[in-house]
Amino acid sequence: MSQELYANLAIFVLSLLVGFEVMSKIPSTLQTPMMSGANAIHGVVVVGAFAIAAEANNWFLYVLVFFAALFAAINVAGGYTVTDRMLGMFDRKPGDKKEADK
Amino acid sequence: MSTLKTIASLVYLVSAFCYVIGVHLMRSPKTAKKGNRLSFVGMILAVIMILLELLTAGKVQTVAWIALIAGLAIGIFYGFTRAKKVPMTDVPQLVSLFNAVGGGAAAVIGIFDYVTVSGNLQLMLSIPVVLDVIIGGITFSGSLIATGKLSGKVSGKPITFPAAKLANIVVVIATIAAAFFMITEPENGWFLLLALAASLIFGLLMTLPIGGADMPVVVSLLNAFTGLAVAFAGFVIDNQVLIIAGALVGAAGTILTLQMADAMNRSVANILAGGFGTGDSQSSA
Repeated sequence: MSQELYANLAIFVLSLLVGFEVMSKIPSTLQTPMMSGANAIHGVVVVGAFAIAAEANNWFLYVLVFFAALFAAINVAGGYTVTDRMLGMFDRKPGDKKEADK
Repeated sequence: MSTLKTIASLVYLVSAFCYVIGVHLMRSPKTAKKGNRLSFVGMILAVIMILLELLTAGKVQTVAWIALIAGLAIGIFYGFTRAKKVPMTDVPQLVSLFNAVGGGAAAVIGIFDYVTVSGNLQLMLSIPVVLDVIIGGITFSGSLIATGKLSGKVSGKPITFPAAKLANIVVVIATIAAAFFMITEPENGWFLLLALAASLIFGLLMTLPIGGADMPVVVSLLNAFTGLAVAFAGFVIDNQVLIIAGALVGAAGTILTLQMADAMNRSVANILAGGFGTGDSQSSA
């Protein structure tokens, strides 16, 4: 196993542990926004769309770049916008959590 | 490490930091909005950095730029307008749709890498590529069905058919076989297509038999899957921010899924069992 691969694997395992730890019990009103927020974060795959663009040199690959960029951009733009809107609902009536609960 | 590479690595680290703290802040209603915005800042940083890397490397073909920018522009416009206009009651299916395209993007990156380096992929790297394509494929079709079920375009009732169990077994075997041969015979492109087809059908079969009421839990589970697919995409292109963010979402999403199932007094296994034709079939159409 190469040095880079080992480093990546270590980062992967430790990040998994961070993910498990950072997520303690959250109120049920926040479950959907949290799901949506996490969904927006994996939109970071857009970085991958940029990265493969550097290697594309024929039509089939250009098409793949287009779709990777399209899909990832929808994920990022939509994910953050809709999460922000959902969380905006908490701003409107602060302290009135019981109503938002159901 | 060149100077740019060093700066890039540090910026990606800051970006990853933003995601972790962002998720942390999102656990409380008071700080949730701040958390989401912090994670957005992390996203912008990562995008600016990769853009700088591409510009300085200067080896991107003009057509690739056009494909990239066109995809981004259409995607941002579509995602933003859909998210702005959606009624609050329809949010879950939209999140599921965004999750589907995220998985799709990860799968496309895996396909790209598999095609460009076909035959020259070292064993330890071909494993993440294969996992990326398969998990990405499963979440893509699975989340699309979940979107359809939540929006009523696909019947919300559990959909089962007589040979469902057999079909599940066949698809699982096909997926594993395709994955195996993609690794052992990388020069044969047919196995990539088989893996892709099998994983897409796998996603369909997994989601179709699950009732609409259980769908949010399934969406959350698929969300965690997408996180893993993105992490494997990070291995493929050797980019740490994808690995960190993907693993973070994969793990946090799994915990969230368990909590959501718990709130419904169901177990995840119980919900998914419906997905494999053994559970709540009494209400099947």
